[in-house]
Amino acid sequence: MSFDVVLRSILSAAFVGSVIRVATPILLPALGGLISELAGVTNVALEGLMLIAALVGVVISAFTGNAWLGCLIGVACSAVVAILLAYFHLNLKADIILSGLAINIASSGGTIFILYLLTKDKGSSSKLASLSLPRIAIPVLDGMPVLGPMLSRHNVLTYVAVLLVFLIWVFLYRTRLGIHIRAVGENAEAAGSVGINVRRTRYIALMLSGVMAGLGGINMSMGYLNMFQRDMTAGRGFIALAAVHLGNRRPLGVALASLFFGFADALSNQLGSLAIPPQWVQMIPYAATVLALVVYALQGRAAAVERARRLQERLQAHVEATGGE
Amino acid sequence: MSSLIEMRQISKLYPNGVLANDRVDFSVERGEIHALVGENGAGKTTLMKILYGMEAPTEGEIWLRGQRVHIRSPIDAIRRGIGMVHQNFMLIPSFTVAQNIVLGREPLDRGLVNYTEALRITEQLSKEYGLKVEADATIDSIPVGMRQRVEILKALHWGAEILILDEPTAVLTPQETRELFTAIRKLTERGKTVIFITHKLREVKEISDRVTVMRNGRVMGTLKTAEASETQIARMMVGREVFMVVDKPPVQRGGVVLQVRDLTHIAETGHVRLRNISFNVYAGEILGVAGVEGNGQTELVEVLAGLRPATFGTAMVDGQSLLNHTPRKVRELGVSHIPEDRLTYGVALDANVAENTVVDRYYRPPFTRNGFLSVGFIMEFGNGLIRQFSIMAPDASVPVRALSGGNMQKVVVAREFSSQPRLLIAAQPTRGIDVGATEFVHQQLIQKRSEGCAILLVSADLNEVMSLSDRIVVMYNGAIVGVFPDAQKVTEEELGAYMLGLKKQDPAEMEAYL
Repeated sequence: MSFDVVLRSILSAAFVGSVIRVATPILLPALGGLISELAGVTNVALEGLMLIAALVGVVISAFTGNAWLGCLIGVACSAVVAILLAYFHLNLKADIILSGLAINIASSGGTIFILYLLTKDKGSSSKLASLSLPRIAIPVLDGMPVLGPMLSRHNVLTYVAVLLVFLIWVFLYRTRLGIHIRAVGENAEAAGSVGINVRRTRYIALMLSGVMAGLGGINMSMGYLNMFQRDMTAGRGFIALAAVHLGNRRPLGVALASLFFGFADALSNQLGSLAIPPQWVQMIPYAATVLALVVYALQGRAAAVERARRLQERLQAHVEATGGE
Repeated sequence: MSSLIEMRQISKLYPNGVLANDRVDFSVERGEIHALVGENGAGKTTLMKILYGMEAPTEGEIWLRGQRVHIRSPIDAIRRGIGMVHQNFMLIPSFTVAQNIVLGREPLDRGLVNYTEALRITEQLSKEYGLKVEADATIDSIPVGMRQRVEILKALHWGAEILILDEPTAVLTPQETRELFTAIRKLTERGKTVIFITHKLREVKEISDRVTVMRNGRVMGTLKTAEASETQIARMMVGREVFMVVDKPPVQRGGVVLQVRDLTHIAETGHVRLRNISFNVYAGEILGVAGVEGNGQTELVEVLAGLRPATFGTAMVDGQSLLNHTPRKVRELGVSHIPEDRLTYGVALDANVAENTVVDRYYRPPFTRNGFLSVGFIMEFGNGLIRQFSIMAPDASVPVRALSGGNMQKVVVAREFSSQPRLLIAAQPTRGIDVGATEFVHQQLIQKRSEGCAILLVSADLNEVMSLSDRIVVMYNGAIVGVFPDAQKVTEEELGAYMLGLKKQDPAEMEAYL
């Protein structure tokens, strides 16, 4: 019976709304991860970059009383750290995965440290009077029965994220810089041979991924929640990387993959009301990630087997038609 | 009047002590086709990399159009009107032909890239120079010959007056080569200058106006092609007479050793690489596999050698299946394999010669006793092979990395031939090695054939296939499209037509000869 309650709530418009809400902090860093991935530099530091922006945004908004200024400076900090990562990798020739992991670990500890310095609290920023970015009610849509709760009154960054899916598509496929980013990622030598500055292009790609991860972090602490909590990103930066690959390294695919992970996340939130140990429920988004990546890998092989089967049939049909000659 | 390009007393000493160019003088006249020939390692590519700004010369001067220049980078070279088409193409596989041609200089329309304009530019260039391309197709979907034309068009789009082509025919069929030559002639008619790197003498004779021969980093001379004979050029290349024809006794065909039936391989990507391949190889014969690279030859060899799984079909050696086993099991069935990628699969670069000669048998006595390697015996064995196969190495304890390409290949050949194989699979056995080593490998193959070994020879070098094989099959798009029971009676043109997929034999008719 409680299961019935859950089922009914999943099939509601409010649930769709919550999927969109929780997909946003996956989609934003995923779009950033997409850009750097296409440039041939895997940014595993998305997680740490999100944390940095999330904390800085909260702190700045609390001290200045301006949420937008908090957002701006938070994103800028994330971008600067992403440039630092680029410097480690592109100038100092450090391995990008190891440098990225180092940034994640440093960010996790560093944000807690700064939080403690400012609030004497190692858990959350609840003592700070931080601000959030506004929610937006879409004029006509807002009053509609089903579509309203689904699509209206989301945080402004949710709409920004949707817009960015389109803008990044235009950027990657229709602008010179975007095309150069893709060229550098696919064949850096060839791109360099026509005068494209490979290192600069990768710098820009990593910086942009920092900006997007930063927006994701701001969304976490100034929209999704109204404060900073230690390690509040909870692996979203890594799930975002999974979304990049699951989405076939294309903007729209990445958006759909992020929605899928958002669904898993929202489901886990919803199932919290059931009498199941919460640890099981909390595993859902991560288990879904592993599952999705496995399915993605298998589907390539399955397609090959299917083609083989069809070929086999054609061959047999041919043998039968020619009487086994 | 001064030459278009003049390279004076160019020397290039690499940090590892190799003197790749030794006081080289090289000049090119405007509008000529200048062939640059020499064996591998003679310094041709280094010289051209210096001209193209990829390497800085240790000493020497470059004069372009009568002025001394310092070419600091490829971009610098391109700005001065020098373009180079490399052996490994500098193209973005997922981009279209037009996108590749305008890459780096994309036409813009209100800030966004104007793809329609890119298409127009491509088509105009293509028409102007008679180089046919599909402007809207992605690079990974077009054949190698067209990719090469894209590279040439790209260089022309950048305003190249001088085109350096680095072994452009290595990847082409005879027909494609002919088309390329026609295009090159058209380019020179329009005042362009072409430098053509090759080691195929027939091509030198056919296309070039002048030829410069290099050996051991030095220029041996520059000749007017019309006044030089192939033998003369060959002598300058290697410093001695070369036998251009392989001498071999008539075939003594024995029983079936390798029997392949309906072999099909589908890659993990889903591409069908081998379609229903069937053939036999008999004891004492060499079966040559001809084909443009990338038509399934590599996959065929790797499936037979146990490096890839077969999707279906059978392959038996002396009646025992060799499919889907580990390479060790395959070798224990009496199969030897000279892999096409010598550096990855042929040798372990940092292991010494002795270790490399026993990697397929180290675990058996007498190489291993009581669970320990018999190091002394292995070293003795390696030294024995060095003598037997005239490997230029002081002794078997030197790492293979220290040897030249030709001698590395001799190490591979020594190992594979000394295991008394029933079936020998030789993939590109002479690729990238000099004339002397090539000759040696050819003689060894003939020797094995006389001993009754069954040999499957896969080579992109049509001459090699034609001169060594007793029978030839042609692969196209993963299938056998032609079989020639007498390799002596087939012409290069005939093979070329099959290699390009223009001709195809009826499967039922082929069956008797496979």
